[in-house]
Amino acid sequence: MTRYIIKRIAHGLLLLAVLAVVVFFATHLLGDPASLMLRPEATQEQRQALREDLGFNDPLPQQFARFVGNLARGDLGDSIWQGAPALPIALERLPRTLYLAAVTMVLAVPLAIVLGIVSALRPRSMADRLVSVISLIGASVADFWLALMLILLFAVQLRWLPTSGFGGLSFVILPALALAVRPLGRISQVVRSTMLEESAKSYVTTARAKGLAEPVVTYVHTLKNAAIPILTLTGDEAAALLNGAVVIETVFGWPGIGILLIQAIEKRDLPLIEACVLVIAVMVITLNLLIDVAYSLLDPRVRYR
Amino acid sequence: MSAAGVVKPARGSVEAFPGAERRRPARYSRWGYLRALAADKVVLAAAGFLLVLILAALFAGVVAPHDPEQGGLALRNKPPLTVVKDGGIPYFLGTDALGRDQLSRLIYGARVSLAVGLLSVVLSGAIGVTLGLISGYYRGPLDDLIMRLVDLQMAFPSLLMALLVLYLLGASIANVILVLAITRWMVYARVTRGLVLMYRENVFIEAALATGCSDRRIILLHLLPNLLSPILVLATLEIATMILTEASLSFLGLGIQPPQSSWGLMLGQGRAYVTSAWWLVTFPGVVILLTALSVNLVAGWVRVVTDPVTRWRYFASES
Repeated sequence: MTRYIIKRIAHGLLLLAVLAVVVFFATHLLGDPASLMLRPEATQEQRQALREDLGFNDPLPQQFARFVGNLARGDLGDSIWQGAPALPIALERLPRTLYLAAVTMVLAVPLAIVLGIVSALRPRSMADRLVSVISLIGASVADFWLALMLILLFAVQLRWLPTSGFGGLSFVILPALALAVRPLGRISQVVRSTMLEESAKSYVTTARAKGLAEPVVTYVHTLKNAAIPILTLTGDEAAALLNGAVVIETVFGWPGIGILLIQAIEKRDLPLIEACVLVIAVMVITLNLLIDVAYSLLDPRVRYR
Repeated sequence: MSAAGVVKPARGSVEAFPGAERRRPARYSRWGYLRALAADKVVLAAAGFLLVLILAALFAGVVAPHDPEQGGLALRNKPPLTVVKDGGIPYFLGTDALGRDQLSRLIYGARVSLAVGLLSVVLSGAIGVTLGLISGYYRGPLDDLIMRLVDLQMAFPSLLMALLVLYLLGASIANVILVLAITRWMVYARVTRGLVLMYRENVFIEAALATGCSDRRIILLHLLPNLLSPILVLATLEIATMILTEASLSFLGLGIQPPQSSWGLMLGQGRAYVTSAWWLVTFPGVVILLTALSVNLVAGWVRVVTDPVTRWRYFASES
């Protein structure tokens, strides 16, 4: 078990190293970092001065060595826009994005599991149809447009909730709702199909033949086995939330890491962009690691692979 | 290349299911598909909507009631169904902040949104299927390399990757298509590789190898035809994903740039007026929703009718 976790951590670190290298070479070979940092209308002199200043004129291997050395010390350079080390700025925003993601999952996951189980138990019922409709809409709606519609209804028309910003619980409701539709649809559909799949297996028949009560068969035996694919998908959806969070944070002015990345791109602040990317990557990799560990705890078959 | 001397195995299915031979032509022909489509009202409506949309985009010059670029300060942010006094065509869906007709802009925007969606799917599919075939057929270190690449991209949110690559390359329609393809190719690579690994163990591939077929022939004539149906379903679903991603990128101001326009960009421009001009943030999103919904419905239908197992059930329940 410990060996398995260590292996997974090593794998995650390797992935991160590869990503850092890709980011470095993409910014230094695909584009000229000095041009990437300056507005297109910047003069040749400004460009040259910046290159001298940040050492972009040095040979590439030397720059790479410096990049790796700084990275190892957690130093990604100073943000040009804010004039302070980039990594702490990005890290400071992280908890707010995690908070938004957590509220979203709290809204989506329990409801998805209940809907999925009910629709598996009663095919063609209202719950079943609701699951199909939600998952179809979740796969077809532009989440930022849904966000705009929620603002239009609940903030502009009804004036129940604030249009944007960060504060008490009332601020998190609309962004979390806008983000929750997609995971709700996907998870409920997978809960439904795995429950149906599992309930056709022979251990369920055995459980019934033993005379176990139907709720015990459904919630203890079937759900426990169905939990594994559900957990995997929930993890994937949590990672995918980061995609949505970038746009949703921008719509609601939610001061998380997604909006920071967009602002950094608009300001052409290369060190800050790199910091955001690496922080997000660490978050995704950690999440995947946690899922893998939970997976091996739930399913004894995985541990011995 | 003839396989002389090799006895072709007889198809047992006809004997096994009496009556199957007789019914088969009607059910599996092209007309059978169309008849089945007509029977499914929801899918028919979805296909109809897509057809109208594509025709409107192709003949935008004829269909659009106004010039999409022609505005005027007097016409700023007019609500839907505004009729201008001199008896012109009404502004059915209102006008934007520059006084341009929103309906006409939606019709012209459909060109960009649909073209980006379709072309990026074709490009990512071509890259993904090719790499998936190579990976699954030849295996070895190349397979490892491609799969590590797939893992790396799977581990990183695709919209973020698209944002970064657009930042590096600069925003233009061609780059948006390229970026979308780069961020989604691995979906096809994974599915293709999985299918190839499965089919490789089948007798028909063994037979092809035994008769001395070249790798090229096996890949193109024996493997690829078997992959077409699942890849087609996947590609149809991906069109919806691509249209939504393009909308997100353009909404953020990093995708399609003015003077060109797309539905996502229209929403981005209308966002400033969310409190005063509801139609600017409503209609482009409705069009995106209807388009993606229709594509997903049609994709679901394609999946049912192209999978031999579910197709049989589908056509049986129909008659």
